Amino acid sequence: MALLQISEPGLSAAPHQHRLAVGIDLGTTNSLVATVRNGISVVLNDEQGSALLPSVVHYREDGSVQVGSAAQGQQSADPQNTIVSVKRFMGRGLKDVGEVVDLSYRFVDSPGMVQLRTVAGVKSPVEVSAEILHVLRDRAERSLGGELVGAVITVPAYFDDAQRQATKDAAKLAGLNVLRLLNEPTAAAIAYGLDNASEGVYAVYDLGGGTFDISILRLSKGVFEVLATNGDSALGGDDFDQRIYCWILEKAGLSQLDAKDTRLLLTHSRAAKEQLTDHAQTQITAVLSTGELVDVTLTRDDFYAMTQNLLTRTLQPTRKALRDAKLSVEEVKGVVMVGGSTRMPQVQRAVAELFNQTPLTNLDPDKVVALGAAIQANVLAGNRSADDWLLLDVIPLSLGIETMGGLSEKIIPRNSTIPSARAQEFTTFKDGQTAMSIHVVQGERELVSDCRSLAKFELRGIPPMVAGSARIRVTFQVDADGLLSVTAREMNSGVESSVTVKPSYGLSETDITRMLQDGNQHARDDMQARALREQQTDAAQLLEAVEIALQQDGATLLDAESEQRIRVVMEALRKELSGNDHIAIRRGVEALNQATVGFAQARMDRSVASALKGHKLSELEG
Amino acid sequence: MNINSATFQQDFFQLFELPPRFAIDSAALDQRYRDLQSQVHPDKFSHLPESEQRLSMQWATRVNEAYQTLRSPLARGRYLLSLQGVDTQEETNTAMPLDFLMQQMEWREALQDAISAKDVDALDTLSDNNRKETKALEQQLAAQLDEQPDPLAAAGTVRKLRFLEKLAEEIASAYDELDS
Repeated sequence: MALLQISEPGLSAAPHQHRLAVGIDLGTTNSLVATVRNGISVVLNDEQGSALLPSVVHYREDGSVQVGSAAQGQQSADPQNTIVSVKRFMGRGLKDVGEVVDLSYRFVDSPGMVQLRTVAGVKSPVEVSAEILHVLRDRAERSLGGELVGAVITVPAYFDDAQRQATKDAAKLAGLNVLRLLNEPTAAAIAYGLDNASEGVYAVYDLGGGTFDISILRLSKGVFEVLATNGDSALGGDDFDQRIYCWILEKAGLSQLDAKDTRLLLTHSRAAKEQLTDHAQTQITAVLSTGELVDVTLTRDDFYAMTQNLLTRTLQPTRKALRDAKLSVEEVKGVVMVGGSTRMPQVQRAVAELFNQTPLTNLDPDKVVALGAAIQANVLAGNRSADDWLLLDVIPLSLGIETMGGLSEKIIPRNSTIPSARAQEFTTFKDGQTAMSIHVVQGERELVSDCRSLAKFELRGIPPMVAGSARIRVTFQVDADGLLSVTAREMNSGVESSVTVKPSYGLSETDITRMLQDGNQHARDDMQARALREQQTDAAQLLEAVEIALQQDGATLLDAESEQRIRVVMEALRKELSGNDHIAIRRGVEALNQATVGFAQARMDRSVASALKGHKLSELEG
Repeated sequence: MNINSATFQQDFFQLFELPPRFAIDSAALDQRYRDLQSQVHPDKFSHLPESEQRLSMQWATRVNEAYQTLRSPLARGRYLLSLQGVDTQEETNTAMPLDFLMQQMEWREALQDAISAKDVDALDTLSDNNRKETKALEQQLAAQLDEQPDPLAAAGTVRKLRFLEKLAEEIASAYDELDS
């Protein structure tokens, strides 16, 4: 019911309190939480004053968990139970993570997503990520002094549906209400754009610890419009570390190392990489568990040479994104650098050469994503912001279904602005065929086997017909988080089947509830109380919104009888709200939602009309 | 949930308050797109009840679809014809003028040659030619739809434009291929 609050702010008189909302950058290497305080986006520090939470989780035998620098300290001593860079495994099967050099982990192959065996049991990457998110949530709630209304969680723009779904599940598991999944480069653009009041076309080059994104955006009159995005969700600073690691092995004549030594040398590799940002060469010294001494010197030139093709792997998607946006490099007004890995001088040089300009680095590349996410979270939570802006993002990879011969038929092409929906009709190929299986895939390749399989489901109960005469309409709907749901319907008979693309990769609601109840030490305690509080908040917000809407538009859009019907349902909900039965409150909320559908539609119609009318007025004035 | 309000059922031109013509004021189109999304986009509804969030998603989806349709000359022409009850038969009607088909075959050969010779300049030339031909056909379509309406001839032009669009897509993937 924000419609009139937007166009006529003076009328929405009910001043509600500031709703606590945060932006979270769940990174491969580090994670951060930020919020808007007194109109300014700020990163929240931990009690020791540090903003970056290392994305490392250490599981101990007694079931307890360490997160952050404490866990990081354990990674060489206890590599198998210390999970680093878990983001690389989100929404991924065992075969997708096959290239990982670090073999300390005991992977458990399971349908959909790989799992990790630890001393505290088998953990899914979703659970590991939830531990990180939980620490950030606690930090935010302590720092802000209250419960969060919700959070915007950032994801790499090039994340596919499975990876996005896994991220959303992790947030739910950590007890966070996800206001939106926001693409990391877009978040950075918000932080930059609103800061500098920029207009024009910008490129955001985001090289993080494990992912690479490139987004091309047009900023114009408060609208952030993503024109194209591309990337590689398995390329980042970790790969640069691994190049150094392999070089050390070769240089020092080492072969198979055990898990501890592998992790030890990887840690040294990362330190060497960071050293080379400011130094022409660096010495790497380590004592292995065998007592063997490793002592080698790495020069900047050697480092550049061994990582040259990693850089190339970022420049190809960058050129591709420009082609998709139908733009030349000359049309790009500025290039924003995001992600800790863009500190490497060779990265900055390569980007500067490609775009023929010095990239922008005035915001901290580690923090800019969280800062942008906080700004969006503040708006999504319903706190009015001074500048009214709009974000139009895209899906990074085409969505399609499998057709005859194992080919993918694209239904929603990449770079479509979301939310987006598209329907396509298919038919049966056998006489009397009564079922049709629908295989949803994501990716650009022709062959289904080269694309990511998202879900398979069956449409049953098709009346037997001659081959080719059934008309099966498959509708894809991508929401504003970039998440897909699919509906299939036989048009002659009306037989319908639908799926939110969760089952094959994501966790079901029951899985999440179970994890909340058993495995997770934090959440067990206050499940019930939390559910009640959430329902109470929802109900109170809904009542407030409907009340304001009725005051504004009840008289003009509803007859007395319709208004009375809504008021009766409101009264019933108010009664439930004073009790403590969260299920009854939930039912009351649903009933009120149901009762106001027609009214909401009428309001939406009117605001659509007013959008255009407002414009005509300004044309007259101009 | 289906939205059955009259506003939601408007055609795309009505929704954007633009005359149903092929010639379009693209500045007005862009501006109205932004005005509409500013009102209906899910980001404006995320703190509101689920029913309104769903409504918002459907509206924003429709506004996006309308904008994509009206912005692309080919899609706009096809859509105008569909409003007039004319099916452009792009999948079924393959009877194209011979000279057009000959030129298409030549261009596709040129594309294959450019790919095997890894010749970016040849791709540029081909891309330019395709763009020029597209522009010319779009002007023709404007005449057939706006000035001296001839829906059947317009449908033929839409079919030709679809050929050129496919070629443009193939040229784009050829660039990707040569770049990797």
